[in-house]
Amino acid sequence: MADLGTTDFAVIGGGVVGAAIAYGLARQGEQVCLLDEGDIAHRASRANFALVCVQGKGWLAEQDRAEPDYAGLTRSSAAAWQDFATELEAASGVAVSYAGGGGFSLALSEPALAQRQAMLERLDATPGVGSAGIEVLRGNALRDALPDVGPEVVGGTFCPLDGHVNSPKLLYALHAASQHLGARFLSSATVEQILPAAAGFRLVTPAGTLTARRIVISAGLGSTRLAAMVGLHAPLRPVKGTIMVTEKLAPFLRYPMTNLRQTNEGGVMFGGSTEDVGHDDSVGLGVSGALAARAVRMFPRLGSAAIVRVWSGLRIMSPDGLPVYDESPRHPGAFLCLCHSGVTLAAAHALRLAPMLAGGRLAGHFAAFPTARFDVPAAA
Amino acid sequence: MFRRLPDAGEATLPFTIDGAPAMGRQGDSVAAALLAAGHPVFRQSAVTGSDRGPYCMMGVCFDCLVEIDGVGNRQGCMTLLRAGMAIRPQPGKRLLGR
Repeated sequence: MADLGTTDFAVIGGGVVGAAIAYGLARQGEQVCLLDEGDIAHRASRANFALVCVQGKGWLAEQDRAEPDYAGLTRSSAAAWQDFATELEAASGVAVSYAGGGGFSLALSEPALAQRQAMLERLDATPGVGSAGIEVLRGNALRDALPDVGPEVVGGTFCPLDGHVNSPKLLYALHAASQHLGARFLSSATVEQILPAAAGFRLVTPAGTLTARRIVISAGLGSTRLAAMVGLHAPLRPVKGTIMVTEKLAPFLRYPMTNLRQTNEGGVMFGGSTEDVGHDDSVGLGVSGALAARAVRMFPRLGSAAIVRVWSGLRIMSPDGLPVYDESPRHPGAFLCLCHSGVTLAAAHALRLAPMLAGGRLAGHFAAFPTARFDVPAAA
Repeated sequence: MFRRLPDAGEATLPFTIDGAPAMGRQGDSVAAALLAAGHPVFRQSAVTGSDRGPYCMMGVCFDCLVEIDGVGNRQGCMTLLRAGMAIRPQPGKRLLGR
């Protein structure tokens, strides 16, 4: 077995979460090696919708309550995104096309709008959360902001903290900037085993064995298996998301919607589907048709646009929908960093989480999401 | 840039390129007819604005996009030429409705 040498930090998982952490560590001057699977990996980073999304984040619908730490983490990351994008573009030479300035969630019925408004108001009224500056826009005010909105749209909730980015470019920029700062990158290096050793960890991969003083597991759906090797319980389930994109069109959407946006290059993406179908990432005609039909109801002009690609991917979901940040009590120096919203949280991961990992202690919002919560038996 | 093989006897088809009359042949794709008529630049890139022309000629690269009979972003290599077609270059991103 080849010896891949030693490193101070090994980050396992080269998606947008792992790459943001690797970049954050490298910009702290840490010695980093980023390990990734090959091209056929189930990669949530290719199924994301590229939103920096604040509105609604922190509301746990199934529990009918807010989680202030998640709302706070999301908002702090969104607030840092503009500066983060500027810095990352300088460090990588890659334009990530971040556009802040707000985003909408549109409603096609009065009950849907009322329900969303009530949810957002309850979220912001929760102690420790505070106002996200949400406005409900209807009629002419909505049509001033989005002139092409269709007659079936009754209104929308606007959040000035929302934005969007070019997510493939974001992933590329994080990798490029990390490597410019000296990080190593190993592809097709699926970590098969983590062997805790005297002064760190030995990571066994098909490419050889790497020795790391500290490790960060940010491997999406593969994280449950890896976390168990350092004594952490991290149950996750895959959630399938389908995305469609049109031909490149002259700009007509000034703001992103939570399930529809025009990219900086002109294509309009529709998404917003979620399906629980295990590890099947095939594209279904029924979901595609529903996404396209909803998009045309929201923006009737899209009825004459051609769809050029449809794809599906698997995103990760924890049992309570919240992120996971933890350090193994049994094997200090082994960290777990998992989340659903890796684009929104990229700024916080690079600028705030990485320095905490380097310092060896999770604090603030990042101390609020340990794995211990999954060990508590559900109440009868 | 391209020369046709000796005439195999196909019928000729009149069409226009940006309003100017041109001739293609029965069985040409729009892309083949434009190239044979000496028009290698089909569009400007929707991202950078630079000139583009057909690369793959088999439906994959989307570099042969043109406006055909008023509809933008049509793949020239995947569209059979018909008599009377009005073909225009695709100047960057398509305007919806055109």
